[in-house]
Amino acid sequence: MARLTPHNEQRARDLIAVYPHPRSALIPLLHLLQEQDGYLSADGMEHVGELVGLEAAEVRGTASFYDMFHTEPVGKYLVAVCTNIACLLQGAYELLGHAEERLGVAPGGTTPDGLFTLEDSECLALCGNAPCLTVNWRFFGDVDRERFDEIVRRLAAGELDGEIPPHGTLARVRRTVGVPAAGASVHGAGGPDPAYVPAPPAESAEPGAPADGVADGVDLDTHATTPAVASLDGPGEPS
Amino acid sequence: MTVTDAPRIVTRRLRRPQSWTLASYLEDGGYDGLRKALSMSPEEVHDAVNVANILGRGGAGFEAGRKWGMLAKSTPVYLAINGDESEPATFKDHALIEADPHQLIEGALICAYAVRADQVFLYVRGEFPLGIERLQAALNEAYAYGAVGRDILGSGWSIDIVVHPGAGAYICGEETALLESLEGKRGYPRIKPPYFPAAVGLYGAPTIVNNVETVSNLPWVMLNGAAAFAALGEGRSKGTKVLALSGHVKRPGNYELEFAKASFRDLIYDPALGGGIREDRELKAFIPGGASSPWLGPERLDVLLANEKIAEVGTMAGSGAVTVMDEDTCVVRAAWRIVRFFHRESCGQCTPCREGGGWVEKILQRIENGQGRETDLELLLDVCDNISPGVTWPPAQTTICVLGPSIPPAPAAAITMFRDEFLIHIREGRCPFPPDRLPRSVTRV
Repeated sequence: MARLTPHNEQRARDLIAVYPHPRSALIPLLHLLQEQDGYLSADGMEHVGELVGLEAAEVRGTASFYDMFHTEPVGKYLVAVCTNIACLLQGAYELLGHAEERLGVAPGGTTPDGLFTLEDSECLALCGNAPCLTVNWRFFGDVDRERFDEIVRRLAAGELDGEIPPHGTLARVRRTVGVPAAGASVHGAGGPDPAYVPAPPAESAEPGAPADGVADGVDLDTHATTPAVASLDGPGEPS
Repeated sequence: MTVTDAPRIVTRRLRRPQSWTLASYLEDGGYDGLRKALSMSPEEVHDAVNVANILGRGGAGFEAGRKWGMLAKSTPVYLAINGDESEPATFKDHALIEADPHQLIEGALICAYAVRADQVFLYVRGEFPLGIERLQAALNEAYAYGAVGRDILGSGWSIDIVVHPGAGAYICGEETALLESLEGKRGYPRIKPPYFPAAVGLYGAPTIVNNVETVSNLPWVMLNGAAAFAALGEGRSKGTKVLALSGHVKRPGNYELEFAKASFRDLIYDPALGGGIREDRELKAFIPGGASSPWLGPERLDVLLANEKIAEVGTMAGSGAVTVMDEDTCVVRAAWRIVRFFHRESCGQCTPCREGGGWVEKILQRIENGQGRETDLELLLDVCDNISPGVTWPPAQTTICVLGPSIPPAPAAAITMFRDEFLIHIREGRCPFPPDRLPRSVTRV
């Protein structure tokens, strides 16, 4: 696939500018690339390397260490079923077995329609609502077979599009403050590149691209994780 | 007075509507702790934190104030907040980041002021996109409010905070691996010495790495005073701790309790807390401080929840994650899953961890599958001994970091406490607990 689009290249430069050293932006940049294409393409990684002053092999060296980065295309929805200890005790492997049957793929596999990739995941830190799973890292707790089927049905019908962006989009809320704030404090570390000019916050290089700040349609009030919090005062209502 | 009467220091706002917004935070005295800190000198803030004696809440339990005091005298100084929460069964920072991001930002600011940091990085586990979004939104609000950036709250002090996402690697919770990751590299823990990032940290500069829960205590300490904080708890364990309770209890969840006032029995059985074991079954064992900690049996239920009390019985408080296993739990399967985790997450630098973890996993798997041999128990302990000589607690270390020594505690505890159960698996050629087999995709070696 492709290199970063001009709009995303500007976003990349904005990210690089907040760090004392460009290489520190590498993981955020790889998330950006994965948001653009759904996975990390060779061309894209080479482009990211150019932006931070690294060889493509060095970029790949970092990318290959981290589980969230995929160098091959995956489904639109990455369904990660936690099977670690707290979920294991609540029947996670039965749930995973059901997921394999329902989706017709083993962990690591992608459905033929390209919609779902299944993963056997490590602890997702929602152990108060075991067994749990995430879809593109958005949480669902207290999942049984019926609820799993319901989640899959709603995803396939596009009913959860507002809450769950396609695979690769990490965070839809962006930093609205630019380098000037950093410039005040990063003395000693050299500060930002004086030649760097941050993008005007609301300007989008491409039609339809979200403005900086909170992208359209982001609902930070989503149901997703509050059950872990709800149990503070008593058992939470199943979400 | 019941065990739940102590003040909630870090979790009291978590159930408020829109708790993650600035408006909600300001209603509850938000950023007043920072104002208080800014009216003091950085040294005075540091002294207060020393008096409060805040033990690190990430797992190691090192005094925050002492850590700050080890900073090398050079600039720049960096502060990295460790929000890479990935220890199995730990889900407290997840809640704190998502539901009270302003408290984290305020705590990080107070810490940054005290240690005279030049920039702050909030390293958040990549698998927490909602947390990253809420934290970034909170940070944008805090900049607009004047609590972050230039001339903070009119004090003349300026600092920048960057929300930095991880990308899926347990090992990045190890502080030197976190710094490597923050430098854009593979998350390889650094060879020690130097032992402390306070001496050589991010880009070689002095760096403080503190846990999310640790710094989330700071606004309260500033507002209510170090003495009020130190009056809670006992011995070294001051203040409160968020216990992440999971497994076979009726009411799993996060519970913030005063240190040393409640026991594991209270946490697991109190109707306002864990509420007892599901279907009132018998307790078989519990994991007291995250997957790396040696297990305890029912005879240890009355141990008080305090770092040194838990250490006295040969295990650790760790991250505060307590996992309860009832009588129907297969301990072979439980130990196997924990070891499988450490094997998958080993960074691969050190042979004992990279290879040993895989062997322990494979041996446990064949026992669970009914293909074990009687000699396997000694073999397991022998491999464990090669990873962590003596298989003692605290564990000996042959590796760069403590991930390797985290492999033996679960299988060693399971064998010590339930040797007969291993032998039944081996002699009967099957797991006596339902379901007999794990899904085929998992059992392939």
